[in-house]
Amino acid sequence: MKLKTALLGAACALSFAPAAFADRGTDGEVKFTFPQAVSIMNPFLSSGTKDVYAASLVLEPLAGFDADGVIIPKLVTEIPTLENGGISADLTSITWKLLPDLKWSDGSPVTADDAVFTAAYCMDPAGGCAQLSKFDGVAKVEAVDASTVKVTFTGPKPNPYTAFVGALSPILQKAQFAACQGAAAPTCTDPNNMPIGTGPFKVTGFTVNDTVTLAMNENYRDPAKPAFASAVIKGGGDAEGSARAVMETGEFDYAWNTQIPPDSQASMTAAGKGEFVVAFGTLVERIEMNMTDPDPALPEGERATAKHPHPILSDIKVRTALSKAIDRQILSDVGYGAGGKPTCNVVPAPDAWASDNTGCIAQDMEGAKKLLDEAGWVPGADGIREKDGKKLHILYQSTVNPIRQDFQALVKDWWTELGVDVELKAIDPSVFFGGDAGSPDTFQKFYADVEMYANNSDGTDPETYLSQYQCVNAPSPENQWQGENMNRYCDPAYDAKVKVLTTTVDVAERQKIAKELNDMVTKDSMTVIPLVHRGTLSAHSNTLGGVKINAWDSEMWNVADWFRVK
Amino acid sequence: MLTFTLRRLLLAIPTLFVISLVIFLLVDLAPGSPMSEIPLTVPPDVRRKMIEALGADQPVFVRYVLWLRQFFWVEPATLFDGWFGTNWAGGEQRILSWQSRAPVFTIIGQRIPQTLTVIGTAYLVGILIALPIGIYSAYRQYSLFDQLGTLFAMIGFSVPTFFSGTLIIIIFAVTLGWFPTKYDTNLHVTDWASFVKQLQQMAMPVMTLGLANAAVISRYMRSSMLDNMGMDYVRTARAKGMSERVVVLKHVLRNSMIPVVTVIALGIPSIFGGAIITENLFGVNGIGAALIGAIHASDLPMVQTLAFIFAVLIVSFNLIADVLYGLLDPRIRYD
Amino acid sequence: MTEVITAIEKPESALRAIWHQFRTHKGAVFGLIVLSLLIIAVVIGPYLWHPEKLTVVEALKSKNKGPSLRFPLGTDQLGRDMLQRMIAAGKVSLAVGFVAMMIAIIFGTLIGVLAGYYRRLDGPLMRLTDMFLALPLVPLLLVIMMLFRDRTASILGPELGAFTLIVFAIGITSWMQAARIVRGEVLALKEREYVLAARSIGSASRRIITRHILPNVVSPVMVAATLGIAEAIITESVLSFLGLGFPPDFPTWGRLLFDGLSYMQVYPERVIWPGLAISLTVLSVNYIGDGLRDALDPRIRGR
Repeated sequence: MKLKTALLGAACALSFAPAAFADRGTDGEVKFTFPQAVSIMNPFLSSGTKDVYAASLVLEPLAGFDADGVIIPKLVTEIPTLENGGISADLTSITWKLLPDLKWSDGSPVTADDAVFTAAYCMDPAGGCAQLSKFDGVAKVEAVDASTVKVTFTGPKPNPYTAFVGALSPILQKAQFAACQGAAAPTCTDPNNMPIGTGPFKVTGFTVNDTVTLAMNENYRDPAKPAFASAVIKGGGDAEGSARAVMETGEFDYAWNTQIPPDSQASMTAAGKGEFVVAFGTLVERIEMNMTDPDPALPEGERATAKHPHPILSDIKVRTALSKAIDRQILSDVGYGAGGKPTCNVVPAPDAWASDNTGCIAQDMEGAKKLLDEAGWVPGADGIREKDGKKLHILYQSTVNPIRQDFQALVKDWWTELGVDVELKAIDPSVFFGGDAGSPDTFQKFYADVEMYANNSDGTDPETYLSQYQCVNAPSPENQWQGENMNRYCDPAYDAKVKVLTTTVDVAERQKIAKELNDMVTKDSMTVIPLVHRGTLSAHSNTLGGVKINAWDSEMWNVADWFRVK
Repeated sequence: MLTFTLRRLLLAIPTLFVISLVIFLLVDLAPGSPMSEIPLTVPPDVRRKMIEALGADQPVFVRYVLWLRQFFWVEPATLFDGWFGTNWAGGEQRILSWQSRAPVFTIIGQRIPQTLTVIGTAYLVGILIALPIGIYSAYRQYSLFDQLGTLFAMIGFSVPTFFSGTLIIIIFAVTLGWFPTKYDTNLHVTDWASFVKQLQQMAMPVMTLGLANAAVISRYMRSSMLDNMGMDYVRTARAKGMSERVVVLKHVLRNSMIPVVTVIALGIPSIFGGAIITENLFGVNGIGAALIGAIHASDLPMVQTLAFIFAVLIVSFNLIADVLYGLLDPRIRYD
Repeated sequence: MTEVITAIEKPESALRAIWHQFRTHKGAVFGLIVLSLLIIAVVIGPYLWHPEKLTVVEALKSKNKGPSLRFPLGTDQLGRDMLQRMIAAGKVSLAVGFVAMMIAIIFGTLIGVLAGYYRRLDGPLMRLTDMFLALPLVPLLLVIMMLFRDRTASILGPELGAFTLIVFAIGITSWMQAARIVRGEVLALKEREYVLAARSIGSASRRIITRHILPNVVSPVMVAATLGIAEAIITESVLSFLGLGFPPDFPTWGRLLFDGLSYMQVYPERVIWPGLAISLTVLSVNYIGDGLRDALDPRIRGR
């Protein structure tokens, strides 16, 4: 019965869709709820996902990504490529052509100068721009004429779709932000909270960390869109509360990031007011192995550094055994349900970039035990394995999060069965991810044997992401414990391959190298043991049509096409 | 009494300075960084530049002195300028939140109204329920009413608000559909319809908090009344033939108010402090939600300013409680 | 008055008289029984109830089950036996609740009496109280844990170290209310005739405090103690929530309640058991407190 109603609803959505598209602003208000409230509407000053998504209703980049990760034009006539001459043959420049008659929401024309200004704004050394890496390798941005922007790179750039592409790097209006460059950037409260954009909506009210109210943009480039006359984003609470407000009470139309237990997902869906949608990007929940010794007895400054290899985990047999003992399918089902799938890769998507490595999916407890026997770790009197009088003891840390605690409990069960003595630790995420060099509990310091968290690649090309595992990126006292190679994995062959990747142009070749790099840190060395490929789970009301969830850009990338199902 | 009050007021100034320094050092020492909410895809060198742009890499005492100057000079001057159109502040930088880059006092201004209405109402409701229950429970000790009152109070404070709040949502919002689960901070009361709406959205958070507040206060009221009911002066008053009403409500009640006044006075600053869990649960987004959000984001200027205002309120209300002691019991003298 | 003093000077008979009075209070006896049962259950429970050890796959097959003969309180989302977890959790929660409450009450009463009785100390001590009230709790706890966790763990071992630090952290952040209330009472009491009389016959301050002041502040202290236990149990769950409490595989009532919250609608018993345990503890402590208050009050006892 419920399925039937849902199908009927979907059928209605299809048949009424053209009518709903007919006029701008005829569908009333669309209401969003975010578990974390919006702090600022300028993505260059905060790259918190909540802020970027909210800003994407207002600010637009030159080009974005669709639900399949394919680049699509937004403010430009076409995507520049080698074929159409938009990218120079030597790959050192890219030229964008703006749409004709493009207007800001205040009615003034959008020109190439705005893009030039945006680049200068973000690249200003005193501005503290969060998206600086989008402008990596950019030598200069210039306006060829009023509607042509040319970005020149310092060298050949195999992937030139970084600056002005995607919700993280939109165009700001020069007139509004002219006085906000450099050190003045944070003090421009009004522009930062109410930026003028080209998107389907414009900000009408902003209360920090609470509510954003928006109205349709009369100057939006498509005269028939958006269907909604206004929008509101209410923030705060938790994932459960947000999901409930859409799925059970029907107060809101769209809830972003409703990560709740699979059982609750099912019971909320049964209320029949909305549905959960999931998008798989590159987010992977993984266990990282510490290759260095975190023993507290070591002096500060030498603890957990390359000077002291890990006494247990340096042995690849132990690492492999720990990975083999885990049943990833169970983890995925218990923690994420439809929002997760087991994986053995750190780069699990897009398909063209993902290795076909599935060797870890099947649990192999006996094989794992055999490996430990071979490694010389034999069960002692109490069932705990030991070698040279030393117990096989592992400190397993993660952040405070109900799903991660379930994972810790399950993995502990399996490892205990293996004969490993496991000690668990859960740390407040703001401390764990905070990177405060004074705290012993950050994921960079890694004062534990293994740690579990999720990480992802920004966009579809994993070059930056994979280059994190180079030797130089290991956090250490010398670099104030900053760095992304938490494992302190160090393999000259890996570093060399990363160098090759940065200079390779051919996409097929790049994909091949990326897969090899992925395999080196996962199945070849077992430094990273990926567990679950996680999707982002959001909920939308049955009365909201046109939603196409997207993991490669803002989830609201096509909000102009959304409409009310009548 | 007056000299006492004045002396206490003067003494409060150095006290508050010490408190502000302790808070500042404490928050600064706490692990965590303003970068903890930034996605992992942002590389470390960009993070470092962002921290430099915030000024968070300055030595702690430099930042403390800057904060003092901003709090005691720039902010009042800006406020004054706003009222009279003068230019005392001279465009100096106000206290900016690291998380949102908005002036901290603007954020507080946005959040005060809902905190005061929701939390304040809940507190008032709590007191209004608690006092009669406490008084009558003590007067009729071990009666059915007293037993029920005890049970009510026990449930009230042994059940944490995250639990009672969720339960209330499930009953009144999900099942009955009477009230909205998310508080609309943009609702302005202009007519009867919007007033009803306001009442509806306040109902659930007020219920949750009111229950907890009433539970605590009614226990103190009852126990204090009981202590006084057995006193000799009560027997004397009754022997003189005074009516029960006068004995209980005039003599016993007045003498029982001291611990109750302490509890109530201690609770008033916490109205401003908001109720972290309740505000979060119902999306009230008042001061409490701002404080906890700022703590999680290690937004030092925001935490410091809120905690300091909170300290000022605590010191003032404790002074008020002391003055009230003197009024309630003339034998208490301070000088 | 003389009767009271002689009664105190002969502790044996006084204790007996108190016990006699205590027994007549039905609620108090009920509270004592319930509390004793809870304590017995968590102390000897692990020896009486040890369910079979299941593998992960077996356990997951029986996840989220309601109460049955095999699982008297049902199972959680990973198929763990709730009764076993409730017993293990109770041991920790009761211990944390009582010890932290004792620390808070003793410290609070001491500060309150000193501040109320000695005018010299009133200012400094009350300003200290103000400061503690004003400090934001979460950063304070984070700092305490950061500074002392590794040290206590290396001295006392990870579990006892965590316990000591947690009760200390809860105690140090919750004594202020008791201190303010006691001080208020003492301010009033020390102007009463019998205290003035005691002072005029030359009694030492210490004697006045222990003989005349303390017995009269028992009742607000009792209330604060009752509230304190509940608060300590809940604060512990907040600490766990912040990752500052016990290791994550160490259940406590507060944590079970918190974890069960996301399952409240689907499996309400997940929150009912820990909620009930906490409420019963608080209720029985409260009744015991009531009974003790009556029993300690010579005017009632004499009746």
